[in-house]
Amino acid sequence: MAALNVSVVSADREVWSGEAAMVVAKTVEGEIGILPGHEPMLAILASGEVRVTLPGGEKITASAEDGFLSVQSDQVQVVASRAELA
Amino acid sequence: MGAQLRVYRQKIKSAQTTKKITKAMELIAASRIQKAQARVAASTPYSRAITRAVSAVATYSNVDHVLTTEPEKIERAAIVILTSDRGLAGAFNSQVLREAEELAELLRSQGKEVVYFLVGRKAVGYFQFRHREFEQDWVGSSESPEFELAKEIADAVLESFLRDASDGGVDEIHVVYNTFVSMMTQTPTVVRLLPLEVVEGVEEPDATVQPLYEFEPDVETVLDGLLPVYIESRIFNALLQSAAAKHAATQKAMKSASDNADKLITDYTRLANNARQAEITQQISEIVGGADALVAAK
Repeated sequence: MAALNVSVVSADREVWSGEAAMVVAKTVEGEIGILPGHEPMLAILASGEVRVTLPGGEKITASAEDGFLSVQSDQVQVVASRAELA
Repeated sequence: MGAQLRVYRQKIKSAQTTKKITKAMELIAASRIQKAQARVAASTPYSRAITRAVSAVATYSNVDHVLTTEPEKIERAAIVILTSDRGLAGAFNSQVLREAEELAELLRSQGKEVVYFLVGRKAVGYFQFRHREFEQDWVGSSESPEFELAKEIADAVLESFLRDASDGGVDEIHVVYNTFVSMMTQTPTVVRLLPLEVVEGVEEPDATVQPLYEFEPDVETVLDGLLPVYIESRIFNALLQSAAAKHAATQKAMKSASDNADKLITDYTRLANNARQAEITQQISEIVGGADALVAAK
């Protein structure tokens, strides 16, 4: 199965990037999970944490504030003016 | 020691002192360029991601949004000028101010009123000296701008952008700043932030397949959230560029100042040697003349 290419960026640097199997983020409408093959999407993030599941099953948590999430052909970008790894 | 010789020695000494200072400033600026450039590079993923998202929305949607639609008549335009807080940077500030003046001239010829937002003491000084009005200014942190500053500026310009034109609001926002091209070149650049121009994508646009985007919660809300962020990131990027360019300009200016001091020292050393030699020659000829006179008197 194809993997997601995820990057988490904040205003002044790239916080994390790499491959992942799944991304779970909290948008203003609720939590959303993204798997490979997701349709293109732009969503506003509610402040909260973004959970990234790596292909090996490990989990990475990042907190993002004031940002948005864009998905396009398995490229996932979590963009926030403030973001850091928990 | 002759008066002339003493004057030359003083000049040499003062050129040497100046050279020490300019040399130190050159080295400091050189070390800061690296850091400033690293910050520009570090902020690139963010602005690239936002630019991509904005162009996605712009290409997808025919939504009418206040930030994307061009008003029929533009009455007032805002110019944000980014200068530095300190001088000693060659033409850095004057070239950006000149560029802004040209832009203002152009806008006025189109019948628009121009409102200024100033960043950096040099711009504020320029305006105050000429008793010109400006809307708002930010000073003191142009050397290493933080994101908060970009946010403040973005908030201020957006606030006046969203106000009605009859209420003193603006319909257009331009930013003038120096871009860091290389260590030797810094070019003044004008960017129109709002209304949105078709964004030159950083990535090659994939013209074949334009995926249909899903927006959550809906297009308007996403645009509402996205465009201020876009403006912030563009301004932040401009601030960082300008800071890097400032350091490069300082380094260049200080290098030529040091070189110039070197040249002065050499020149004055020659003149001083000349004066010393002339003094010696004169003394010898006085002695010889005196001796001759004594011989002749016998």
